[in-house]
Amino acid sequence: MAKKEEIMEAAKETAKKVATKVAQKAVDVAEAALDAAAEVVKEATTPIITPEMAKIPAGPLELKWTNYKNHQKLVNPANKRRLDVIVVGTGLAGASAAASLAEMGFNVLNFCIQDSPRRAHSIAAQGGINAAKNYQNDGDSVYRLYYDTIKGGDYRAREANVYRLAEVSNNIIDQCVAQGVPFAREYGGLLDNRSFGGAQVSRTFYAKGQTGQQLLLGAYSALSRQIGKGKVKMYTRYEMLDIVLVADENGEKRARGIIARNLVTGRIERFFAHAVVVGSGGYGNTFFLSTNAMASNGSAAMQMYRHGALFANPCYAQIHPTCIPKHGDFQSKLTLMSESLRNDGRIWVPKKLEDAKRLQAGEIKGRDIPEEDRDYYLERRYPAFGNLVPRDVASRAAKERCDKGYGVNNTGLAVFLDFSDAIQRLGKDVVAQKYGNLFQMYEKIVDENPYENPMMIFPAIHYTMGGIWVDYELQTTVKGLFCIGEANFSDHGANRLGASALMQGLADGYFVLPYTIQNYLSDQIGVPRMSTDLPEFAEAEKAVQDKIDKLMAIQGKRSVDSIHKELGLIMWDFVGMGRTAEGLKEGIKKIDAIKKEFWTNVYIPGEANSLNNELEKALRLADFIEIGRLMAVDALHREESCGGHFREEYQTPEGEALRQDDKFAYVGCWKYMGEDAEPQLIKEPLDYEFTERKTRNYKN
Amino acid sequence: MRKFKDGETITVEPWRSRAFPVIKDLMVDRGAYDKIMQAGGFVSVNTGGVPDANAIPIPKPVADEAMDAASCIGCGACAAACKNGSAMLFVSAKVSQLALLPQGKIEAAARAKAMVAKMDELGFGNCTNTGACAAECPKSVSLANIARLNREFLSAKFKD
Ligand SMILES: Cc1cc2nc3c(=O)[nH]c(=O)nc-3n(C[C@H](O)[C@H](O)[C@H](O)COP(=O)(O)OP(=O)(O)OC[C@H]3O[C@@H](n4cnc5c(N)ncnc54)[C@H](O)[C@@H]3O)c2cc1C
Repeated sequence: MAKKEEIMEAAKETAKKVATKVAQKAVDVAEAALDAAAEVVKEATTPIITPEMAKIPAGPLELKWTNYKNHQKLVNPANKRRLDVIVVGTGLAGASAAASLAEMGFNVLNFCIQDSPRRAHSIAAQGGINAAKNYQNDGDSVYRLYYDTIKGGDYRAREANVYRLAEVSNNIIDQCVAQGVPFAREYGGLLDNRSFGGAQVSRTFYAKGQTGQQLLLGAYSALSRQIGKGKVKMYTRYEMLDIVLVADENGEKRARGIIARNLVTGRIERFFAHAVVVGSGGYGNTFFLSTNAMASNGSAAMQMYRHGALFANPCYAQIHPTCIPKHGDFQSKLTLMSESLRNDGRIWVPKKLEDAKRLQAGEIKGRDIPEEDRDYYLERRYPAFGNLVPRDVASRAAKERCDKGYGVNNTGLAVFLDFSDAIQRLGKDVVAQKYGNLFQMYEKIVDENPYENPMMIFPAIHYTMGGIWVDYELQTTVKGLFCIGEANFSDHGANRLGASALMQGLADGYFVLPYTIQNYLSDQIGVPRMSTDLPEFAEAEKAVQDKIDKLMAIQGKRSVDSIHKELGLIMWDFVGMGRTAEGLKEGIKKIDAIKKEFWTNVYIPGEANSLNNELEKALRLADFIEIGRLMAVDALHREESCGGHFREEYQTPEGEALRQDDKFAYVGCWKYMGEDAEPQLIKEPLDYEFTERKTRNYKN
Repeated sequence: MRKFKDGETITVEPWRSRAFPVIKDLMVDRGAYDKIMQAGGFVSVNTGGVPDANAIPIPKPVADEAMDAASCIGCGACAAACKNGSAMLFVSAKVSQLALLPQGKIEAAARAKAMVAKMDELGFGNCTNTGACAAECPKSVSLANIARLNREFLSAKFKD
């Protein structure tokens, strides 16, 4: 009997357990269904930008731009004189746009932070500028340049824009030569070319090691001519601090001017224009240490963003593997060494941790470590490509070794780039001929002779592909507000190829914006010049003044740079080369904490109403903090690896980036929802009509 | 700047030239160089409607020479080093670059005249060939450019 009861009892227990399990399963299934449903709802409610909204012209790829130009509205010469355009920035994009608009007859007001337009950041570019001239008869064409660019961008750029870029690339070279840009030439007197990464043809034009400077001087000379003629009014040492929007008779807000601070006197001033064009460069300095110029910043972009312009793909940033490592805590800038060094240099770290320790302590030098104790990790991991793997792969591999403790300098954040094999193989003279000027530059900065001791390099932030969203006309979602050059998101997708940034800046400034802006301005000819006494201007100025007062009043304990450095480290560790969901969440928390620290503990010496470098930096840092957060938010949402964005969860077993085309083949655009609110995601799907998506492959 | 003895005195001072007024500390206003450029440091072409870049071959030595002149960064060291505060090396670098190239040759004489006139107007001193400018130039812009400027300038005067 007892037996039977026991059995019954046991059966009941089991039944209970099974029932609970089944019930739990049901709950799980229901929850999963709910999650999926929520996802579907979110998906369905995520606003979409259609090709029509992006104003992409219909028709075959190679006729889109021609069709556009044939049908766009123009402004007649008499009316051009009555229209004012503000151009912010005098880099390649800003200077070329300002000059071209003035030549056409518009009145231009041009602003820059530097003491002369010729000293914009664009001056730093060394390598060259691409164009599809096919002067080398190696089979290049507009289509090939288009294809290389879209593939290099890991299929995350707009087809129509990239094709137009490739199309106008040839006009740029013609224009620059006509201006007297001294491009390198062959003995026959024709233009010389070199090859760059990501291309099988030789299409890069260059001017010694100073292509950016020479192109900028060309644009600057055209700009100077217009300043001389009185068609451009130049404001140097002025920093835009806000954009002014004024509603038209239908209540639609339009960009009608800017508020800018005279950096010498500290005075806040108001400027009106019928349209505003921003070519303010990239936001790489969010990371504190980057290859960008000291004054490069993301504040202009954030001003546009806060007025309703969308910030597109903020997480796409490019890290360059061959920079001179940082050597101390007082450094504020990193120097880029040309990528070409990887053709003959071999990259390594010690095999033994104790050797690394002694290198870090300065007890031994690289040349003291015998061959068998060196780890040529790129050759080991990527036998097919070796030291010539793409920028992102090389960068991540260096970080991996240094994270493990194998760094070779006092900070532990450097690897060797060794030419001893090349010197043995080719002779010192040949190596000097090829790389002499780079070796010289290295020695000048590091005070060490790279012929005798291996060079040290480390990756650094170099370029930002993300930026303000623009339509095909380079107009933001704010009417009358345009964005050009590195500041916009347009043409490089998730990764930019070498020598394509200069091309894009000049394409935008010389050949695209001056046409497309007329489509907008043709409707504005009836709008009279507005007084800057309008309440919209007064309010904008007051908001700027309040922000400055608030910053000056904090009187905390920390310098702007010390907080910026901390932000930079967080960005590097959590939003840098290898990102994870966990790390990004952690990073966002830390950035929020930095924001609090900044707004309660920053110390700005001096007065607001005079020259005040620290105040300038503080205003920029306030925005870098916001951009850093936005980069992290975007990186967290983009659950795939593509181009410059590498999520460790999404890689092949060999460690290659794994795109998720079915889920993320879109531009991730973020809309500002208020000071402390989370931004809203808006998607512009990239439904390719003309190009097949493939996996980038560097193995064989 | 890398090698100096402990305790050694390093003197820093702003660029000294009448045409570069001091703004604050080491910061000077070098806007005068921009004004000289606005007077003629360009080829008078508008955007668009230019010939193919390879339409006019340029001998490599000429292109290289133009490149060397073009490497001037407009820093102002030449005028600051000159006892007369002359901007001749700066002006001559731009005049040379453009006079050497066929694209800029057409306006060469007029350009030289306009830029020199502006330089004088802005209060830069005369060139007395001491060569201090080229000795200080961080980009090694050569004195030969000043000779070329003088030639262009004279030819402009003859045409007057
Ligand atoms: C070391 C280095 C080497 C490079 N080499 C190459 C290369 O070989 N080939 C290539 O294609 N690309 C290269 N790049 C990239 C390329 O140089 C840049 O992407 C490009 O020059 C950006 O041009 P831009 O006109 O958009 O902006 P920038 O040149 O950055 O100019 C921005 C302008 O905006 C102004 N500005 C910004 N904010 C404000 C404000 N709030 N108010 C007023 N003015 C403002 C600044 O004063 C400046 O005049 C390199 C970059 C670096 C850092």
